Amino acid sequence: MQITLTVNGTPITREVEPRTLLVEFLREEAGLTGTHVGCDTTQCGCCAVHVDGRAVKSCTVLAAQAQGTEVTTIEGLAAPDGALHPMQQAFSTHHGLQCGFCTPGMIMTCVALARDYPEMTETEAREKLEGNICRCTGYNGIVAALLDGAQKMAGDDV
Amino acid sequence: MYSFDYARPASVSEALEILRSDVEPRLLAGGQTLLPAMKHRLTAHSTLIDLQGIDTLRGIEVTEAGLRIGAMVRHAEIASSETVQRMLPALAVLADGIADPLVRNMGTLGGSVANNDPAADYPAAVLGCGAVVNTDRRDIAADDFFEGMFTTALEEDEILTAITFPLPETAGYFKLPHPASGYVLAGAFVCRFAEGLRVAINGAAPCVYRDTLAEMALAAHFHPDSANDLVFDDEDFTDDLHASRAYRARVLPAVIRRAVARALNPERTSP
Ligand SMILES: Cc1cc2nc3c(=O)[nH]c(=O)nc-3n(C[C@H](O)[C@H](O)[C@H](O)COP(=O)(O)OP(=O)(O)OC[C@H]3O[C@@H](n4cnc5c(N)ncnc54)[C@H](O)[C@@H]3O)c2cc1C
Ligand code: FES
Ligand code: FES
Repeated sequence: MQITLTVNGTPITREVEPRTLLVEFLREEAGLTGTHVGCDTTQCGCCAVHVDGRAVKSCTVLAAQAQGTEVTTIEGLAAPDGALHPMQQAFSTHHGLQCGFCTPGMIMTCVALARDYPEMTETEAREKLEGNICRCTGYNGIVAALLDGAQKMAGDDV
Repeated sequence: MYSFDYARPASVSEALEILRSDVEPRLLAGGQTLLPAMKHRLTAHSTLIDLQGIDTLRGIEVTEAGLRIGAMVRHAEIASSETVQRMLPALAVLADGIADPLVRNMGTLGGSVANNDPAADYPAAVLGCGAVVNTDRRDIAADDFFEGMFTTALEEDEILTAITFPLPETAGYFKLPHPASGYVLAGAFVCRFAEGLRVAINGAAPCVYRDTLAEMALAAHFHPDSANDLVFDDEDFTDDLHASRAYRARVLPAVIRRAVARALNPERTSP
């Protein structure tokens, strides 16, 4: 079947099988390998992307379900001149990553959380990160980055 | 995943037509239960009928019968709906506790209720409130809907269209979640109506059920302490790798106690 998604602002049309997962479409058809696959049980969140602004696990969404939507991946966050998104900058500042495997999913989830809950407390931040697993267990840095990034995003009105 | 065809009908009647004419079709709501199962090749289907294009399955409205929530309304929408928070806050709290924010952005009320996982959250609210399950052809009372583990009164070719929750005086939900998955080990949805009391228990047994023992104790005195002396016969409880049946029976009074505490003080979400 033919599918058109707007990925990071660019429409992409491909002939795919209905069973193609959104993450497969992004990695293999669009060539955007920043979105990772870390599990096969919908639990780790490494594959998080935004579909029409909502953070979802792209390993458990069919590309066909996302037909016609606007998808944002980690590659679409930084400004065209390469300036980091405030949440990316916050992850760098607070050492919110070690090996970096979970990081694209963490950042996409954190951007959505910061938009939905700009005034979250640290306890809430920890609860809301429930769907993202960091195998390196650098959660303290991730939580610090989320809270700081959320503040910067609110300030910058991103 | 085995391969399949994909359809996105625009109306319930169109969906029913495919459902009836295809070999091994399956309805697709949020896909947060179905797709993981298909990825593991536990199930295979000829056509997935995606319900997202059917507008009549959406929306949260207040009717004379109560709060009517469309089958395709997502967990995150219910959790953040001002209408739900005002009219039936326990349901918003429940929805906010399902899985994680990303799964809540896809998973739907209808998918969860049609699936009837013994460890799922919504079935407790549906049975606890004595809600009505609306389908393409009839209205089914909650008391007649949940038939057993992963089985409901829905026909093979029947589409759940909405759930109508009558509004109680007060309601409270508490679940003891599995620490890793978040699914329910033992949970209670407690509802007080002018005409009586309903207590639905999920997680503990192979299917959500109403507990008459707890209902009697709370009808006599609607207070958290009324749950303290309840003793549950664990014979029909679930015994699995997550918890023994004795454990589930042992924690249930505390779970009910906390559900009642929340019903009496809905502002307080932690007991
Ligand atoms: C990591 C993870 C954690 C989770 N944790 C929890 C949790 O803590 N508590 C909890 O309750 N759930 C949990 N879930 C399950 C989640 O809530 C699912 O979203 C829900 O069970 C199914 O809803 P869905 O819309 O995704 O349905 P789908 O997966 O699309 O469908 C589920 C089933 O229902 C059928 N169906 C769907 N819609 C209809 C309809 N309108 N009429 C008739 N049949 C229909 C489908 O054919 C399918 O058989 C979790 C899921 C994941 C992946
Ligand atoms: S890869 Fe999607 S949740 Fe793990
Ligand atoms: S930084 Fe290694 S998995 Fe999170």
